[in-house]
Amino acid sequence: MKRSLLTAALVSLAGIAAAETPTLTVYAYDSFVSDWGPGPAVELAFEEVCDCDLQFVGAGDGAALLSRLRLEGGRSDADVVLGLDTSLMATAKETGLFAPHNGVPEGLSLPIEWTDDTFLPFDWGYFAFVYDRRRLENPPTSFAELIGSDTSIIIQDPRSSTPGLGLLMWMKTVYGDKAGAAWAKLSPQIVTVTKGWSEAYGMFLEGEADMVLSYTTSPAYHLIVEVDDSKAAAIFDEGQYMQIEVAAKLAGSKHPELADRFLDFMLTDAFQSLIPTNNWMYPARTPETGLPEGFDAPVSPDKALSVPVDEVPALREQALAEWLAALSR
Amino acid sequence: MDITLEALLIRQQGFSLAANLTISGGSTAIIGPSGGGKSTLLLAIAGFVKAASGKVLFNGADFTKAPPAERPVTLLFQEHNLFPHLTVWQNTALGVRPSLRLSRAEKERVAAALAEVGLHGAGERLPSELSGGQRQRVALARALLRDRPVLMLDEPFAALGPALRFEMLDLVARIRAEHDATLLLVTHNPEDARRICDKAVLVADGVAGQPCDTVDLLDNPPPALAAYLGT
Amino acid sequence: MAGRFKPVNIAGPVALLLMALLVVAPLLALWSQAEGAAGLSVPDWSAIRFTLFQAVLSAGISVLLAIPAARALARRQFRGRAALITLLGAPFLLPVIVAVLGILAVWGRAGIMSRGLEVFGSGPISVYGLTGILLAHVFFNLPLVTRLILQGWAGIPAEHFRLAAQLDMRPDDIFRRLEWPMLKGVLPGAFLLVFLLSITSFAVALALGGGPKATTIELAIYQALRFDFNLGRAALLGLVQFGICAVVVLASLKLSRQTDFGATLGVPVQRFDARGGWRLWQDRIVLLGVSLFLGAPLVAVLLRGVPGLVNLPASLWPAMGNSLLISLGSALLALVLALMLAGFIDRLRARQARGASIVEGIALSTLALSPFVLGTGLFILLYPVANPFALALPVTTLVNAAMSLPIALRALLPAFAANRRSLGLLADSLGMSGWSRFRLFLWPAIRKPAGFATGLAAALSMGDLGVITLFAPPEVETLPLLMYRLMGAYRMEDAASVALVLVAVTLALFWLFDRGGRLGHHT
Repeated sequence: MKRSLLTAALVSLAGIAAAETPTLTVYAYDSFVSDWGPGPAVELAFEEVCDCDLQFVGAGDGAALLSRLRLEGGRSDADVVLGLDTSLMATAKETGLFAPHNGVPEGLSLPIEWTDDTFLPFDWGYFAFVYDRRRLENPPTSFAELIGSDTSIIIQDPRSSTPGLGLLMWMKTVYGDKAGAAWAKLSPQIVTVTKGWSEAYGMFLEGEADMVLSYTTSPAYHLIVEVDDSKAAAIFDEGQYMQIEVAAKLAGSKHPELADRFLDFMLTDAFQSLIPTNNWMYPARTPETGLPEGFDAPVSPDKALSVPVDEVPALREQALAEWLAALSR
Repeated sequence: MDITLEALLIRQQGFSLAANLTISGGSTAIIGPSGGGKSTLLLAIAGFVKAASGKVLFNGADFTKAPPAERPVTLLFQEHNLFPHLTVWQNTALGVRPSLRLSRAEKERVAAALAEVGLHGAGERLPSELSGGQRQRVALARALLRDRPVLMLDEPFAALGPALRFEMLDLVARIRAEHDATLLLVTHNPEDARRICDKAVLVADGVAGQPCDTVDLLDNPPPALAAYLGT
Repeated sequence: MAGRFKPVNIAGPVALLLMALLVVAPLLALWSQAEGAAGLSVPDWSAIRFTLFQAVLSAGISVLLAIPAARALARRQFRGRAALITLLGAPFLLPVIVAVLGILAVWGRAGIMSRGLEVFGSGPISVYGLTGILLAHVFFNLPLVTRLILQGWAGIPAEHFRLAAQLDMRPDDIFRRLEWPMLKGVLPGAFLLVFLLSITSFAVALALGGGPKATTIELAIYQALRFDFNLGRAALLGLVQFGICAVVVLASLKLSRQTDFGATLGVPVQRFDARGGWRLWQDRIVLLGVSLFLGAPLVAVLLRGVPGLVNLPASLWPAMGNSLLISLGSALLALVLALMLAGFIDRLRARQARGASIVEGIALSTLALSPFVLGTGLFILLYPVANPFALALPVTTLVNAAMSLPIALRALLPAFAANRRSLGLLADSLGMSGWSRFRLFLWPAIRKPAGFATGLAAALSMGDLGVITLFAPPEVETLPLLMYRLMGAYRMEDAASVALVLVAVTLALFWLFDRGGRLGHHT
């Protein structure tokens, strides 16, 4: 299936010369394009209808994706980028690298109304603290209960990871000006802060902490793939912070129409039905077949927390300073 | 002092050496082809190489299992006899006490030993500042201080020119005579053997032969030695 | 021979220029894209302090613990000695995240130490914080330093130990007269190496450091590049990190004698002291301690990886192919570059030219480069002129080669010097030059350290994620990348198996080269 590095390099050189069927290049984060992500199936499905060659390029995580695009600037080969999220959207928009889409389709199943003219959502999820029922019998049901308890947690660093940044904004939404104090009080329970999600989740599975910052849909993976129902996500009274993952067309795309078609395709059942059990997130538009086991809505929409996209950058800077001050003590 | 090797057998990778002989004082040359085991024989007598079987006796006492320091022997190597970071004085004084904490009398002994080998006043120099011959003189001075009944030298002057080599050999012969030591000298040079050793042992084909008269041995060499000498 | 063109003589300067470019160009590239960077902030200063603090401690502790370990290995002959020395190669080659999970399996809250203590009624232990960082850095570097010091021991002439035995030196005397002078030459270089390796550590420091107190400069660089896209700030921080390392490199080059990395480790030094008594027990305890400290996390890695071996993902094989390709390529390139530079430095040294240390310093300083700065800088430089995908292979190969060059160089230089001293005049008098001089005169003398250096370079490149993430074409995976992708997809068990395969292949690669250098070698 995989070509060797050398042939791939040659092919991508040759590809420029022999471009009879157009190639649509989509930058996405690594786990999306991997064999276990939705990437390969999406590629097959879209190529069946588009008369084109869809090529996914994996580029680290969401943040790496954006910095890659900024490095490449207007000359990027990318036609579409898939995998930025609501925390990165404002910064991404400022770069002017993206072109508006053809309109938000009807029938999205997001907890909030989507109005952005550039980015389209393709999936979403709630951040949550995941625990093991066998090890933690009485999980906290709110931040108020978690903070100051003897429940230990592992989180990700907001300076290097999107879930880490998500928790930062979550705490900020819940505690506002008192977020710094809340962090200070939570600090002794934080076993450690990791670079990314993988390290944190791996350490949690090894039993290093009672809970780990992840997603409400994480237990569904263990349930469906491993037939293991021991993992659960704690639902907090204050509400769960939302992450909405988005895609957009690059302004410099050489195949703008094809890119638009891909964005349309993205919100059809063919694409959306691949999301739950491959990307372990909620589809942005629930397919007709419905959602698999373990994906029952855990939170009523009024408990879905988010920060308006434009306010993220300023709030992030403030929250980051508070976080650093509280945890460095 | 008598050195007796009683049915001594040494085994190393792909190599063995047998010796059954007695050396009774005096100066004995160890000669024979390269790689024949001359050095190994000295290492075994000094206790650095274990015997597979047999015994090493000094004046009839069994030293086969004794560690090197307890044997009545000083061995000088072809090179690396000095520690490069210690001065001449320190290198010599190691022969009195490795801690180098010496009494006044002991310090005088060190000075006397250095004078005896012709290195008076060179005590503060480092080995790297000495010539090859001078370095071996320092090692000799140390051997003097150790004052062991058996002095063994493993081709110590092989790198020196003829005049200097003869000078050093004469120094060794004088020291041996003054201290009435037993001398074993490994050499590849028949001239050296003739000059200061009345007896010689031939080591060839994995066997150390009986000590015999040096002149006789060199003038009427057995085939193995003849091939080596080219006569 | 004036006027005759000698390829050998320009190879060194060319290699040097390449290295200097590789160090300077990425920093300049980032700087040129910057819209002006403000000075360092308060958190930056605390990151700098912490980076230095943990690197100095990591290096100091690794070196201190390595001395008794190397001494025990140097003076004891026992069954499994060769295996233990091979084991010493393993921790250094583990991917960071694998090593961290292995360490936690022993020292973590649910690790065997904690569970053992529970039997006695004590609560679980927590290693997070400075302890955890040091634990990990010592785990990575103790084996490397032990090997270096062991080589120092092997470099002491056998005659000196015989002399010591004859003079009835006690172990204390031997330490003072033989071993300490050797250590004084070897330790600064060993300290420097661990210091440099710990400076750029970032995932370990964060994961085991317990929080933002354990922020290193490297994390700040990562943040600047990935989240803030502040290239100027990244360049500034990269420069600070580089400057710190440069100072330490220069200082230790002044202190350090050349270390012979390639000396024989196969046979223990024959010792006549410390045969029994408490020193024997001390050595036994040290060796047991080191074996357990290094072995237990490795066993944990093994146990985690074994269950998934029956069901390895199909993409493992192409990923392994890619990894091997890059690894072999960069190992050979590192060897060639190191040979070119070593020849150059050695010629300068023969002429007592002061430039020798400066050239060596430049070559060593590549260790101090942030991989993120390097990768991003190269990307900025190359993107306008070429398709980065097409350059993935050469760039990754070059960068990995540059990263292992310092170690290769340190391995080769002493052999070059020794060869020049012993045979240089002979070769000159025979009028040997060029290829025949290399093949007949130099190569036999340096093949042992060259084998070691190539093996290490291949191994380091095998486990490196590095710049491949920025340059890798679509559908191309290396083993480390595959492992991270598996983890990112919740598949921790498969990831553990891939990690195990990665470690096994890496060790095998190292062993093959190291072995190849020794085969048919007589001394």
